[in-house]
Amino acid sequence: MSQRARVINLYKTLVYLGRDYPLGWDYFRPRLKAAFLKNRDVTDPKVVDQLIDRGNFVVKEIETLYMLKKYRTLKKRYYSEEKDSIVEISRKLESESCP
Amino acid sequence: MARVLVGVKRVIDYAVKIRVKPDKSGVVTEGVKHSMNPFDEIAVEEAVKMKEKKLATEVVAVSCGPSQAQETLRTALAMGADRAIHVEVPAGDYETLQPIHISKILAKIAQDEKVDIVILGKQAIDDDSNQTAQMTAGVLDWPQATFASKVEKKDSELHVTREIDGGLENIKVKLPAVLSADLRLNEPRYATLPNIMKAKKKPLKKVTPKDLGVDISPRIQVISVEDPPVRQAGSIVPDVDTLVSKLKEKGHC
Repeated sequence: MSQRARVINLYKTLVYLGRDYPLGWDYFRPRLKAAFLKNRDVTDPKVVDQLIDRGNFVVKEIETLYMLKKYRTLKKRYYSEEKDSIVEISRKLESESCP
Repeated sequence: MARVLVGVKRVIDYAVKIRVKPDKSGVVTEGVKHSMNPFDEIAVEEAVKMKEKKLATEVVAVSCGPSQAQETLRTALAMGADRAIHVEVPAGDYETLQPIHISKILAKIAQDEKVDIVILGKQAIDDDSNQTAQMTAGVLDWPQATFASKVEKKDSELHVTREIDGGLENIKVKLPAVLSADLRLNEPRYATLPNIMKAKKKPLKKVTPKDLGVDISPRIQVISVEDPPVRQAGSIVPDVDTLVSKLKEKGHC
């Protein structure tokens, strides 16, 4: 894939992810656009590669953010604190007994 | 090697604030963001993981509902399911579709497709019934391992750790079996954009409950749907004596 195509792909992936952003699409879109426009004059292929890597890192971060947010919300809604601590303690005991 | 069937449900997204319709007939679903039931995502992830570990040969996703259920099936396919079956239920009938109907449909499909493991989410976040996996096991007369937080396959048995009140329970079940996924079973992967695109090419079969010979006539009637009670505003008391007397008034001490 050409470098140009990779940049476009990265942008599309971020647009796709941004639709679910907790602060809203209207918050995400201008920031995403600004982040790409900021580096519009970069022409050195090495630097562009670095920026693409950074973008892909951000993609992973956002995915993790969504996963954690969902996990935490569900945990809060469906699991009481008390039950949690018991499960955690028994897990701990289990891991200590068979290292 | 086993074939795995996973059930997925399209529900109102977990992050959406639910609003009750003014006529109390249900909740507002028009123009509201929907997504796959989070517990079903965990079930799909577990099935896909089994396939990646070469414990399963094929992962089949099933969803019952109106045509929009196909979006949810696409998500399951994007996560790694091989093919999908859409059981078409018109929107009107879908409102009164209950776990008993779903479990009969799933049981029929499980037999037709000759699957060895059925994995479902433990409950859907919209109606919170927590019945489908249990009933499916009942209809099929298969063993069940519900609220699974860890699953290991050994020969023709599954060793399952279950989350129960106050701790964990370890059980083993013979295949074929029905599992239901608890929150801690795994961390579901995100359906990425390229995978969503690729999922459009994966096969999706449409059937109706009639084709499967399942009667979906309603067994319940919704009388009214109400908002949960709103928390009363608190008040600041001037001193300890007033606090004590107020508590006594309410019978707290």
